[in-house]
Amino acid sequence: MSMGAGAADLPILFEDVTMIAGAVTVLDRVTLALAAGAPTVLLGPNGSGKTTLLRLAMGLVKPSRGRVTWGARDHAPPTRRAIVFQHPTMLRRSAAANIRYALCAAGIPHSRHKVGIDKLLALVGLEHAAGRPARRLSIGEQQRLALARALARDPAVLFLDEPTASLDPASTKAIEDVIHAVSRRGIKVVLSTHDLAEARRLAGEIVLLHRGRIVETGSAAAFFKAPRTGEARKFVAGELLV
Amino acid sequence: MPEHASALQLVLSGDPALVAIVQLALIVSLSAVFFAALIGVPLGAMIALTTFPGRDGVIVVLNALMGLPPVVVGLAVYLALSRSGPLGSWGLLFTPQAMIIAQTVLVAPIVAALSRQTIEDLWAEYRDELTAMNVGPLGRVATLIWDARFSLVTALLAGFGRAAAEVGAVIIVGGNIDGFTRTMTTAIALETSKGDLSLAIGLGMVLIAIVVLINALAWTARRAAERLTG
Repeated sequence: MSMGAGAADLPILFEDVTMIAGAVTVLDRVTLALAAGAPTVLLGPNGSGKTTLLRLAMGLVKPSRGRVTWGARDHAPPTRRAIVFQHPTMLRRSAAANIRYALCAAGIPHSRHKVGIDKLLALVGLEHAAGRPARRLSIGEQQRLALARALARDPAVLFLDEPTASLDPASTKAIEDVIHAVSRRGIKVVLSTHDLAEARRLAGEIVLLHRGRIVETGSAAAFFKAPRTGEARKFVAGELLV
Repeated sequence: MPEHASALQLVLSGDPALVAIVQLALIVSLSAVFFAALIGVPLGAMIALTTFPGRDGVIVVLNALMGLPPVVVGLAVYLALSRSGPLGSWGLLFTPQAMIIAQTVLVAPIVAALSRQTIEDLWAEYRDELTAMNVGPLGRVATLIWDARFSLVTALLAGFGRAAAEVGAVIIVGGNIDGFTRTMTTAIALETSKGDLSLAIGLGMVLIAIVVLINALAWTARRAAERLTG
């Protein structure tokens, strides 16, 4: 795996992006740049638009208004982008075969599959589960396998949608260790969470969303030390942002 | 000797006439299911994965075709294969091949309709992952068919049940010729009308046993494979 090699999809630019689903405005005139560097954490309460923003950045959906570009391109197939959904779907095959599938889909030559599978399973601590049906793994193991499957695509950008929601501390630490490791290898990580403590542990940059709008962006250090907006101050103080 | 006792004796003794009828019936029905799977599974997958104007109408028609009356199918295939029909030059009327064609026509909509539903349900589950992995249309179809294979067995079993129990179509296009196109269902109908209930009951017993056996084998294989792959 040549993780992080090349970053043609970066920066990902949101230009005045609005997303409407039915009668609901999920994202409202969002302008944002996701550039190479430390992990960007999308922070905000449920329903603030974090998942939609990730799906737009991945290219899975198109904005109702506005424009998303990847490295100044309007259309860029997700060959160097990968996403781990909050509730990842395991294919009906073994853990190793799930990774093999992703390697095939990414066009990695067959001769490199065995090494790639072994490396990725080791990275997420699932060597023991290689032959087990993926759907029989625990939720935490499935989340780690989904992360390995996403990394099989050798992405330049990795999106993670609440990757540790509903996981126990041990599984959370395992996931966060992998996030630190891949970030150090140069992969741009963009993850969503509503967990302040997790954001403190992982973020280099914070994007605070509330009711579909970006309330505040900036470095994590500045955000947690001196939030500029009322919503951000409430959120950092642990008050309920509804 | 009571009829059911002599029927049992026929079955247990491996009566050659009975064995020949059973063999032909199995060849015809299993061949029809095979060809119906070749047509029906990709067709069902295609409808499941594509959107086009009139799709709902196509699904309604496909579902309705599951209830095609066998005699109507038999008549249509008879007209197509008869000497003056469009396929008359093939010379297939009153042959096992004609019976396979008729049963394929009957079974393919069942396989297609049930496959469509199965694959559509799995697609709803897999859509985001496969899209994120940039899997192309053919890759999607292949993945969904492979991962739904155990559920698709149920569709094939439903098709086999229809083919094995069917009499109207095969009697019209096969002609129920002794030793050539006589299957279990057509023989049961004939022997019953002649009053030879022993052979009819014996064939009925074999027919039910085969259907139960094939379903049991498929169920066992499905459970074992599910344990291995999740």
